[in-house]
Amino acid sequence: MDNIAAMRVENVNFFYGKKQALRNINMEIYKNQVTAIIGPSGCGKSTFIRLFNRMNDLVPNTKVEGKIYLDNKDILYPKVNVVKLRRKVGMVFQKPNPFPKSIFQNVSYGLEIKSKNKDFIKEQVVKSLKRAALWEEVKDRLYDNALGLSGGQQQRLCIARCLAVEPDVLLFDEPCASLDPHSTRRIEELIQELKEYYTIVIVTHNLQQASRVADYTAFLYLGELIEFGETGRLFTVPEDKRTEQYITGKFG
Amino acid sequence: MKSEITQKLGFTLLFFCILIMLFFLGVLVYFVASKGFSVLSWNFLTDIPREGMTAGGIAPAIVGTLYLTLGSIIFSLPLGVACAIYLCEYGPKSYVVNIIRISINNLAGVPSVVFGLFGLAVFVKFFGFGVSMLSGSLTLGMLVLPQIISASQEALLAVPQSYREASFALGATPWQTIKKTTLPAALPGILTGTILSIGRVAGETAPIIFTAATFYMRGFPDSVFSEVMALPYHIYALMTEGTHPEQQTQIAYGCALILLLLVLSVSAIAIIIRQKQRKHYG
Ligand SMILES: Nc1ncnc2c1ncn2[C@@H]1O[C@H](COP(=O)(O)OP(=O)(O)OP(=O)(O)O)[C@@H](O)[C@H]1O
Ligand SMILES: [Mg+2]
Repeated sequence: MDNIAAMRVENVNFFYGKKQALRNINMEIYKNQVTAIIGPSGCGKSTFIRLFNRMNDLVPNTKVEGKIYLDNKDILYPKVNVVKLRRKVGMVFQKPNPFPKSIFQNVSYGLEIKSKNKDFIKEQVVKSLKRAALWEEVKDRLYDNALGLSGGQQQRLCIARCLAVEPDVLLFDEPCASLDPHSTRRIEELIQELKEYYTIVIVTHNLQQASRVADYTAFLYLGELIEFGETGRLFTVPEDKRTEQYITGKFG
Repeated sequence: MKSEITQKLGFTLLFFCILIMLFFLGVLVYFVASKGFSVLSWNFLTDIPREGMTAGGIAPAIVGTLYLTLGSIIFSLPLGVACAIYLCEYGPKSYVVNIIRISINNLAGVPSVVFGLFGLAVFVKFFGFGVSMLSGSLTLGMLVLPQIISASQEALLAVPQSYREASFALGATPWQTIKKTTLPAALPGILTGTILSIGRVAGETAPIIFTAATFYMRGFPDSVFSEVMALPYHIYALMTEGTHPEQQTQIAYGCALILLLLVLSVSAIAIIIRQKQRKHYG
């Protein structure tokens, strides 16, 4: 497989105050592929994925070193326009977090910021809901409050909301952590469909999930990238002893 | 076994405290209502005071209190919410901002008569607004500003961080995030703070003695620069001045009753608004 790098991570360190959470990370995120980030709790998965859309900017008293290239531009450069960046790199969070507004307003939220064209917005909302495999379930109640949806539906709504602004990259931080097995399966199928259009990075606790959805997998441990490679290979013949211990359940 | 007895004793004690509180509240309401009820009439509500305050009504004082309350809220609500937004959402989390925050909290503890003197010096004299509705409203506004800021800050801090993250992640700017998400979600809490402030403003006497209130007016205030009658000050004046203490005391209780009802109904309206908002922003 010939892979084009959508993003390249170079020598990234991250600090919460004095505490170092990421240590010298180097890797590539491939275009139109799903990359999973796995590792035990507290190893820095969320910290890492939140660098790609500069979400850690919201956390006071932090410091980042190194570079992450997207379209040949270093997105960690302090003067980068984070608003533009976040429209290119969308994020879905661990807990579904729809706004306490209607289903339609949730999806149009990111669009209204940019455009006043009502027809375009409407069209885009429908398209995004369809792409997020939610349209059939909500088409009759677009103006109901989004908080009335089930957890799995809410998470797909958050995905739709994110797709509406037409990002290139999608970040998922444990998107199924609070969902039941059925909803989880739906989201996994969805991720498979979405990779045709987007580059996807997904953090997951669930090793089976990583092996089901991811083309590439990165194993983080205590803030270090221990191993990165094709998912099949990493799960069958891990190169590092620690990876092997983790995937066989020796710690985590 | 022993811990059960202790618990029972504890709860009984707590229940007893509530009873004491209810007792005083009941006595207060009964006292004011029974003494004030006899003077209540349509005339009392709509007429101006007559015959050296011993007859007629208190309409100018009711209207004056409404104006002063409204004026102070118009001034302090936007300013207070703006300050709170700056402190919570925009302001750098620095030493200076912390000091500002602490100062605001201390301001809330300053006695109201001090605000009265401040209003006299600044609004009445320095700005030359004179003893007027404007001076009084601004002084009362200053008085409740810290309270509104604190309540708004708490309301903003109570908005789940996940709303802000969701908004930022969609490429919204901090300003858009506040306008479209944070502020609407905080509104019910902010209104709660405002309700409490309204009660306080309507009942305050000391800040308006030097800045706005007058004992007697023939009609209603005709501009923001006219003096006004106000219920709390009117009560005070009725009890301390004049030549017919008997009749005046009765009227004072009537005023007190009206003041109570006024505060309660304004609060009720605000509570209804808040409930409606809550439905929207679960
Ligand atoms: N806001 C913060 N301030 C200080 N330390 C933090 C903060 N957020 C995370 N950390 C620390 O950084 C390390 C990495 O945290 P992170 O949330 O990235 O882990 P994670 O791999 O996502 O864990 P989990 O699987 O539990 O979500 C942890 O040791 C954590 O305690
Ligand atoms: Mg995490």
